[in-house]
Amino acid sequence: MAVRSRIKTLKIDGRDVSAHEDETILQIAEENGIFIPTLCRIEGLSLIGACRLCLIEVKGWNRLVPACHTHAEEGMEVFTDTERLRNYRRMIIELLFSEGNHVCAVCVSNGNCELQYLAQRLGMDHVRFPNMQPVRKVDMTHERFVLDRNRCVLCARCIRVCDEIEGAHTWDMRGRGIDARVITDLDIPWGDSETCTSCGKCVNVCPVGAIVEKGRAVGEMTKRKDFLVYLSKMREAKK
Amino acid sequence: MNATMRRNGYRADALIETLHTIQESFGFLDDVSLRFVADALRVAPSQVYGVATFYHFFNLKPQGKHVCSVCTGTACYIKGAGKILDAIKEQHGIEPGQTTPDGELSLLTVRCVGACGLAPAVVFDGQVIGNQDVEQTQARIEGWISHANS
Repeated sequence: MAVRSRIKTLKIDGRDVSAHEDETILQIAEENGIFIPTLCRIEGLSLIGACRLCLIEVKGWNRLVPACHTHAEEGMEVFTDTERLRNYRRMIIELLFSEGNHVCAVCVSNGNCELQYLAQRLGMDHVRFPNMQPVRKVDMTHERFVLDRNRCVLCARCIRVCDEIEGAHTWDMRGRGIDARVITDLDIPWGDSETCTSCGKCVNVCPVGAIVEKGRAVGEMTKRKDFLVYLSKMREAKK
Repeated sequence: MNATMRRNGYRADALIETLHTIQESFGFLDDVSLRFVADALRVAPSQVYGVATFYHFFNLKPQGKHVCSVCTGTACYIKGAGKILDAIKEQHGIEPGQTTPDGELSLLTVRCVGACGLAPAVVFDGQVIGNQDVEQTQARIEGWISHANS
């Protein structure tokens, strides 16, 4: 194989690793079996660096940087699992839990949920912040799917998959900050959307139980994400 | 609207400018114009809506005869914008983003109008007035409304 770019050597958690300069720290870590938590990232879609869970420390840099957007540099010393990072990551998950209504016991995605997995993996045993108990609209107007904004973590995967893979751009985000919500078209009921092709890609990429199939009981909703890598590969090949 | 879009060669990045033109012409952005712009610039309707709701400057509902925007940026907030806002909410029974039933007054909040030195600042019908307190703000709004009724 031809050399596509220069090789850099760096240290991740004290381990010497080598990587291409166009690789991100997240990719390098994964190739070397080092776990960095992510939520908004999904293979096959663009990176937005929104969830901040993949923040890492680099020796000599006074800011934390997202691993998904940081490229390898020669002699870099990266730390992915320090006390400071563990604290921040747990806090991010706690804030997500307090901002929405994430009640696993009654959720169709119980047991197949990325937020639940991260909470367990990062050792979130309680939430320090008061639950905001927001009242958000549930959209049941689509023939086959349900949108429950109470469980939404605003990762924007649905928006990206609809825009980048399906090409419909039915989804987008309205408002900002605490008022941000995912919407279909001009914030109309999903079932009335003229741009939606009902392909179900958003259902499968949603990390939580916010976009699910109708008629599922607690814990019954499993999602498949492998299609995404296949589709982006095939699209790339056609270009 | 068409002139603005034509001037920008119907490029998708003319979206914000076009929305400005619509708001100047009609006072707010209705669904019909949003759909029209989305179609003309070949931008998804959801994206147009996302942009229109992201910026506080754009209104999706018709505004009242007078618009009072309370700055809730950091400096104004510390200097008591919250109290001013609460007083107006209580007096007129409207939340930020709403208009009184008689169509006289719309209440909005903005994040920093760039007049932090004059905090707390309130924008009355497009005119920024600094160093406001509850009494002054209410007097000005009363002035508008009594003027309308006389």
